[in-house]
Amino acid sequence: MEPLIRVRGLSKRFGPGCDRCLDSTGPEHDTNVCPHCDSVTACSDLSFDLFPDEALGIVGESGSGKSTLVRLLHFEWEASGGSMELHRGGAAALWPEIFADQDQFSANLLTMSQFQKRQIRNALMGIVYQNPHLGLRMQVSSGGNIAERLLGAGWRNIAGMRERAAELLERTEIPVRRMDEPPCNFSGGMQQRVQIAKALSNKPLILLLDEVTTGLDLSVQARVLDLIRNLRREFKLSMLVVSHDLGVVNLLCQRTMVLKSGRVVEEGLTDQILQDPQHRYTQLLVASQL
Amino acid sequence: MITVDNLSKNFLLHILGEKRIEACRAVSFRVPPGGFLGLSGPSGTGKSTVLKCLYRTYLPTGGAIRYDSAAWGPVDLATLPDRAVIDLRHREMGYVSQFLKVIPRVSALDVVMEPILTRNGVSREAARQRATRLLEQLRIPRHLFDAYPATFSGGEQQRVNIARAVSWKPRLLLLDEPTASLDRGSVEIVLDILKEMRGEGTTMIGIFHDTALLESVTDSVYSIC
Ligand SMILES: Nc1ncnc2c1ncn2[C@@H]1O[C@H](COP(=O)(O)OP(=O)(O)OP(=O)(O)O)[C@@H](O)[C@H]1O
Ligand SMILES: [Mg+2]
Ligand SMILES: [Zn+2]
Repeated sequence: MEPLIRVRGLSKRFGPGCDRCLDSTGPEHDTNVCPHCDSVTACSDLSFDLFPDEALGIVGESGSGKSTLVRLLHFEWEASGGSMELHRGGAAALWPEIFADQDQFSANLLTMSQFQKRQIRNALMGIVYQNPHLGLRMQVSSGGNIAERLLGAGWRNIAGMRERAAELLERTEIPVRRMDEPPCNFSGGMQQRVQIAKALSNKPLILLLDEVTTGLDLSVQARVLDLIRNLRREFKLSMLVVSHDLGVVNLLCQRTMVLKSGRVVEEGLTDQILQDPQHRYTQLLVASQL
Repeated sequence: MITVDNLSKNFLLHILGEKRIEACRAVSFRVPPGGFLGLSGPSGTGKSTVLKCLYRTYLPTGGAIRYDSAAWGPVDLATLPDRAVIDLRHREMGYVSQFLKVIPRVSALDVVMEPILTRNGVSREAARQRATRLLEQLRIPRHLFDAYPATFSGGEQQRVNIARAVSWKPRLLLLDEPTASLDRGSVEIVLDILKEMRGEGTTMIGIFHDTALLESVTDSVYSIC
């Protein structure tokens, strides 16, 4: 089976950089800050494939580059280097211009125009942030939040959008009679579920989940995770599940990638990562969770 | 069907001062299609390790695990790419451990139905019937069907575990002490189910604590020492 997206050599540096940045940062140095120029290598040379209907876990401590990865893939930040390519299947019909003749994969999405990126993001991606303030406008009604997203994806019919919003809120267990209330009235767990409803509204192929259960009470976490598990089965979408909690990726993902100081230190089957971790850092991570 | 050639597994524990543990070495055996091989040996000799290497929960250190897969033809499970391992686990390789890996907040019936639904392409109703029949056969009380296995007794959990592992009829089944916490009656039932599966052509490799049991269900035994 061919990947849905192919990511190669993805890197992000903050600061001017120098020619010693790469050799002075990373897991062996236990830092992503270059001692020579103070630039931060938030991530460097990340390469992976995301397959259709697959949940890929990304784990690592805070500062390891997990959220950077998400921001780059979501086109919120400009990458310093690397590529992200889309497989022809399905997408070629929408944007024939990004596929050269017979190539299976598109041109590099990361270097496209803002306009093109926005189109691709609106049609293909959904995102759920750890902090609901980033994903939702807190003063706008929940239904309005979803409608906004649908507008971005090209919907125009008001009644149709309202219907779709109601359907999604119901699916994410938010009482539909509360759809006109703003998310700031809701509990943390409910806000996450509204974010999920919003993220799914344009029927994305890729869902980016950035620490979606972090900071929630255990019972609320459980409910959000159950929801995600069920949605995945139902919608057959690809997910990138970013978490510092190995329990979360164990529950949701068959494959997992471990990041440390901006680099991939290990990737493998999730049960192998948990039971036979190879890298020193993964061994430490596993030992400190059990 | 499966040929293990000079398999070894070492663990290198970086966080314990680079401690090296040799979990198994020079393991070689072969199981014909439809065969049932037992692994025996004293505690700690690496029996579970071998099964986990076959399922690729452990990354083998050396050796080859040649498997004639239905989906991809002959493959070496020791070096097969992760995605292909996931695919084989989905299509044809099952694994039962001694303990149920409970999926939180999923009822016993759903735990058993899930692999049937995702792998066998049958209707919900057909999956429900097969799962119900298995749970009944394994004497799980009816009132527990819609309860969460996390609260079950050890023996009940283990029976749910077995039901889940056999429900979708894998082509190759790896069994790590599947009868360890069962009473005599339940053991008999499990053995009947395994016999049934062999009748349908499933190839099996198993670890059984009880030597008499091991001898009676398997058709050859490989001792690790
Ligand atoms: N994940 C692991 N990390 C480190 N060492 C391990 C790991 N798994 C197994 N070992 C070690 O490898 C050796 C073999 O263990 P294994 O569990 O395979 O034995 P076994 O033959 O199944 O024993 P038993 O009959 O007690 O179940 C033991 O020394 C064990 O402590
Ligand atoms: Mg064992
Ligand atoms: Zn530098």
